[in-house]
Order: sequence, then C-alpha cells, then structure tokens
Amino acid sequence: MSVDGKTAIEVRGLAKRFGDVEAVAGIDFEVGEGELFGFLGPNGAGKSTTINILIGLARSNAGTIRIGGIDCSANPKAAQHLMGVVPDESNLYPELTGFENLCFCGALYGMAKGNRTARARELLDRFGLAEAGGRKFGGYSKGMKRKLTIAAGIIHSPPILFMDEPTTGIDVASARQIRQLIAELNRGGTTIFLTTHYIEEAERLCQRIAFIVKGRIVRTDTVQDLMRRTDGRHAVLFAVNKGAARLCESIAAQFPGLQCHAVADAAVRIESREPIRIGPLVRSMEDSGAEVTEARKLQPSLEDVFVEITGIEAGVMKQEREKARMGGGA
Amino acid sequence: MKAWIAFWSILAKDFRAYYLKPPNISWGIIFPLAWTGMFFIRSGAGLDSVPALLPGVIAVSILFGTTSLLSVTVTFEKKGRSFERLLLAPIPLEVLMLAKTAGAILFGVANAFVPVAMAAFLMDFSGVNWAALIPAIVLIAVSSTFLGLFIAISVSEVFEAQTFSNFFRFPMLFLCGLFFPIAQLPAWLRPLSYVLPLTYGADVLHGAILRPPHLPLVLDFGLLAAFCAALFALSLRNIRRKWIT
Repeated sequence: MSVDGKTAIEVRGLAKRFGDVEAVAGIDFEVGEGELFGFLGPNGAGKSTTINILIGLARSNAGTIRIGGIDCSANPKAAQHLMGVVPDESNLYPELTGFENLCFCGALYGMAKGNRTARARELLDRFGLAEAGGRKFGGYSKGMKRKLTIAAGIIHSPPILFMDEPTTGIDVASARQIRQLIAELNRGGTTIFLTTHYIEEAERLCQRIAFIVKGRIVRTDTVQDLMRRTDGRHAVLFAVNKGAARLCESIAAQFPGLQCHAVADAAVRIESREPIRIGPLVRSMEDSGAEVTEARKLQPSLEDVFVEITGIEAGVMKQEREKARMGGGA
Repeated sequence: MKAWIAFWSILAKDFRAYYLKPPNISWGIIFPLAWTGMFFIRSGAGLDSVPALLPGVIAVSILFGTTSLLSVTVTFEKKGRSFERLLLAPIPLEVLMLAKTAGAILFGVANAFVPVAMAAFLMDFSGVNWAALIPAIVLIAVSSTFLGLFIAISVSEVFEAQTFSNFFRFPMLFLCGLFFPIAQLPAWLRPLSYVLPLTYGADVLHGAILRPPHLPLVLDFGLLAAFCAALFALSLRNIRRKWIT
C-alpha cells in the first residue's frame, strides 16, 4: 500500500449526517506515505464531505482521522500544517497578482518573506507561469488559474496534498499538463489524495483507488487488482455495415452463452465469461445479411470496473459534473 | 511567531485589496464630510454647534465605515470561497479573525479622525480630553467592527450584509444618546439604549469633547470592552457552528 510501509492518512469509522441524510456512513481507509490515492464516486456519493472533514472544513459525527500520525480531532491545526489543499474551484484572490497570491499563501503557513518569495518564483517557473506572475489572478485563463491554485497548495512543500477535481472544466492541453504535474509531485514523494470524476484520469495517475457510493466505500484496491477483476470477462467489438440491433437478436438466439449489445446501428459488442470464438459469429452475421468490416478484442478498463462495482455508467458521472458546474455547484 | 506572519500578511492583503482602494478612501472621507455638513446645516446654530455635533459625527463615521466594509469583505470572500484558504491555514481561529478585523478597525479609527480634522478649523480643541477620546474611538471601532463580523457570519450575500447592518445601525444611532439625550427617550425605549455598545462610546465622546459623562469613565470603557469581547466570542462561535459544520 505505502511506498515504505508508513501511513500518511488513516480514517476509521468516519461518519457524517446532514439531518436525515447519511452523507458518509462509517468509512475506513488508509493512504500510505508517497502514495497517489484516488477517491472516486458520483455526485452526492460523499466525496466532498469526506475531503472537507479530512482537511478540517467540516466536522464528522463519528470516527477518527490521523494525518501524518496526528489525531485531527485533538490537534486539527497541527494536522493542517502537514497538508496542502487544492479545492475544486480556483479560489485565489482575483485582485492580487499570481506572485502575490503565492506569497500570501506561503505567509499563511508561516513562511518567512525570503523563503516564500523564492519558493513563489520557483513554482511560477515550474508551472510555466513565470511571465504571468505579475498579472492579476482575475485575468488568468481557467487552465492558468488551476495551475496557480495547485502551486498555492504546495507553496509550503506539504508532505500530503488533497486535490479535489483538479482538471475539471479546463481545456485538454492544460488538463494534460496538470496530470503531468501531479505525477511529478507524487514521484517527488508527496502523498496525494485525489478526487475526480474522470475515471481515465484516476486510472492513469493513481496507485490505489477507493470507490464511494451513497456514503459507503464499496471497494478499495490497486488499479492492477481492480483491472484483474475483469480479466475473467471477454469482450469483442464487431463493426458492421447496418442493422446492429437485429443482429443482436439473431446472435442471442443462436449463442445463448453470449451477451450482445448493439452500439449505435453499426457496431455490436459481444461479452462472455468464456473466450469468444470470432469465426462462428462472423459467419452468423454474414448469413444474416450484414457485412463485418472489423472485429476487435476489447481490453478491460477501469471504467468497466467502475460500472460493474457501482452500477453507475461512467458517462453519467461526467454529465453530472458538467451539469453541477453549469449550475454553479461544486 | 508563525501565526504573526500570517496575521500581518492577512492585514496587509486586506489593506491592499480593500481598504486602500480609491473608492473606499474617497468614501471614508466623503461620508463623514457629508454627515458633518448635514448636521451643521440642520442645526442652524452656527459654529457654536460644532462641539455638540462632533461626537455624533465621529460615531457615525466609525459605525458606518467599519460595519459596511467588514461585512462586505467577509461576505465577498466567503461567497468566492477564498475565505476557505484562511480557514485552512494552521493558525488559531482567534488570530485569523483578529487579522481579518484589524483592517476594518484601523479604517474605522482613520474615519473618525476625518471629522476631527475638519472640526479643528472650526472649534477650540484645548478643552478636549484626548486621553479619553482616543481610547473611546478605538473601542467604538473595535465594537463596531465585531458587530460587522457578527452580521457577516449571519448572511450569505453582500446585499443581505448591508440590509442586516442597517437593522442594527440606525436604531443604535438614534437610541445611543448621540443626537437625542437618553433621558428624553420614551421610558420603554431607555432600557434598549443601555444594551447598545454605542451608548457607552457616545457617553465617553460627549464627556471628552463637551461635558462630563453621565457614567464613570471606567464603567463606560469596561462595558465597551465587554461588548467587544462578547461580540467577538459570539462571532467565533458562529463561525465554528456555521462555517465548519
């Protein structure tokens, strides 16, 4: 679990209620030092509530949290010194420049003037914002704002970093850059607790992932072990010229052990617990009057695992996220 | 030591971001000027009325300057979520909120000296008890700022902060004895006057500029300090209850 066996974040029996709603229902997990841990779930699953409790912006109704060995209920401010936070919104001060924002955030952690100005310059360089450092934050693009918000989260070189949806709502190039920065930070030894709606992002970056649904962690495992779970399943995608739905009906009748799904009108996805023999299927489809132009074995993805475990389509998560952003929600 | 680095940085940032902005500076000067002019013209008693008007104008300038700016800046930062950055800082909430309010207190004190500076051309200051006047100005600024903080925590929108502020400010102005002696108020209103912090500040201001105070100075200062402590403690309690839920 951990790079050297030590625990950076330890959560036991964490619970939170809002009136009758059980937002977090007694969850347990650990994050090892130097680990990049993903926390995935749909809107309303309890991700934000959990992260808010961990960073000290909310109180739990039950359970214990230890950050870097410090009991957060007994000494929350000491624990806050060990952590950096990148919130889901770029919440720096619009009227201050990028450089001033970083220096201000350094001062909040008690950094002396010389240290914080040197570190601010270093981070502006590292994040490709050196030229924009003298401009007001309010005039930055979304991608630049996200990068500066991440820089502000690590100005005091925290050993543990909480990142809430770091790439949501920004362009592809900036998101890619930010993912590289996250990976670099983790390679440098920073423990990262990452929540995201983008399953492919978690798959690419995280070493371990917890899936949370309706306030409960339904599974926690390494990405490799999660993927292994789907190894027993086989899937083949056939590209056809027409009538995918009709072909599915015909295949279902002829091959009872196979599951067939029409993907639009021109593709058929076949799934099975047993290895799939392609020849008889192609012949069957051609006998039904279809022309098969391609047959491709599908590799299992974390998205498949997520769908299987949570019963929620991954696309739904993305749509929920975008809807929430359009409505101004988090 | 580390908490003080954060304290000074928050104070300096607020001054740069809010209090030293040209609209606020001009408001800080024009507002007391307008009140002074209005009361001066309304009284019609010529220059003799200046000493009688000065305590009221000082109090109004502090009260409006502090409550308006603090409640707006805190509400604005809370809405934009930049206030979360402050709550995440590893410093005690007490130090954090003192830093956040220190700018408004200084702004209020500066506002108070605008009418004093103007009155210096119109009245004789030789009889003024500065040893009472200056601490009174500071304590009125502190209590008004903490009242602004209490208001800011109770609302979520900037316009609500202004509306809710007026709910406190205007009754306080008319009941604290600045413009109408408390003895001339209807008997059922008088008890209300004595639960307002400005009543004790106004008594010291009158005492320092015009006539002996009604209450002993020690009592006035003690009660003003108690109001400051109570408003600050109540505000911290509300922050813990409402913002760290």
